Amino acid sequence: MKSLLAPGHRGCAGCCDAMAAKFTLMAAGEDCIVVSPTGCLEVMTTPYPESSWGVPFIHSLFENNAAVASGIEAALKSKGEMGNTKIIAMGGDGATLDIGMRSVSGAFERGHDFTFVCIDNEAYMNTGVQRSAATPFAASTTTSPSGKVSFGNIRPKKNMPAIIAAHGSPYVATTSIGYPKDMIRKVKTAVDVEGPTYVHAHSPCTTGWGFDTSKTVEVAKMAVETCLWPLYEMEDGEITKVKKIKNPKPVEDYLKMQRRFKHLFTKEGGDEFIKQIQALADENIVKFGLQ
Amino acid sequence: MTIPLGGVCAPGSTLVNKTGGWRTFKPVFDYDKCIKCKLCELLCPDMSVDPRDDGFFEFNYDFCKGCGICANECPKDAIEMVLEEK
Repeated sequence: MKSLLAPGHRGCAGCCDAMAAKFTLMAAGEDCIVVSPTGCLEVMTTPYPESSWGVPFIHSLFENNAAVASGIEAALKSKGEMGNTKIIAMGGDGATLDIGMRSVSGAFERGHDFTFVCIDNEAYMNTGVQRSAATPFAASTTTSPSGKVSFGNIRPKKNMPAIIAAHGSPYVATTSIGYPKDMIRKVKTAVDVEGPTYVHAHSPCTTGWGFDTSKTVEVAKMAVETCLWPLYEMEDGEITKVKKIKNPKPVEDYLKMQRRFKHLFTKEGGDEFIKQIQALADENIVKFGLQ
Repeated sequence: MTIPLGGVCAPGSTLVNKTGGWRTFKPVFDYDKCIKCKLCELLCPDMSVDPRDDGFFEFNYDFCKGCGICANECPKDAIEMVLEEK
């Protein structure tokens, strides 16, 4: 199958964004319009005068990503030209959880028929790994660095899927680029469901998280296997499907693969933080019934 | 360079940018081990694994950046990463 995303883009070797975009296009097919704000995905795929996209693609601002998508949907509807065209807004965690939050919230509240795909690589990678609302507890970033006193980011991850579900979205799902078939199925479901739908894709970034370029998929899978990133689907606010993890691995297996958690193993007192991260995983197991 | 209204780019036009030069290690198939599972084609972030008529795949070294995801994930270890030599 020929990909709708052309090679020659400037993504790092082993780029998670390219994979997430590829899977999204595989799910949505040719008849879709993609909106994406500034961020790794936009910068690497559309350096002027080139574009990797084989579908209509519009570059928006961080702040108005979902608003541009809403506008396209409203315009097509009012002209009676919507047909089967899928409107997809793709943004990183910064564009979804932080800066673009207001327009995302607005678009979901107004109930536009579009799908929002969040590519969550847990920090602002394009500008040099600054902390975002999606950065997990105890991860070291350039604005939450680990050091003599600090153990990295002090706050847990914002629960964006729950916030979107609270808007009354008919379909909200979490997925991971480590499970391409899962992601393709969920994006396909999301674009087919009428109304504003949301897919949150966990995407390990080789550059920002500090692991070998060949390990992108391995790290993504490990996040799911340690129960730090549960995969579930919500329909009308209720959790309907959960990916079960029979034998969860200890969170150390996931943490020790990445440079951003290195201080937890080398610094005195790090084991306390690992225990707290393990508690977050155990909480997920109970909360989502992962076992 | 003339910039059209709205700054429009042609679809798929990054093909002029051959990213193969970024590579340090290059993936090489062992077709005796390959079971045509298509996982490498699915996972490649650079769309550089092309299907052949016989069901096997080949690498497009014009664009492969040598990340090694295909070799790391191959269930049959049918892909080896070898040092690129000039």
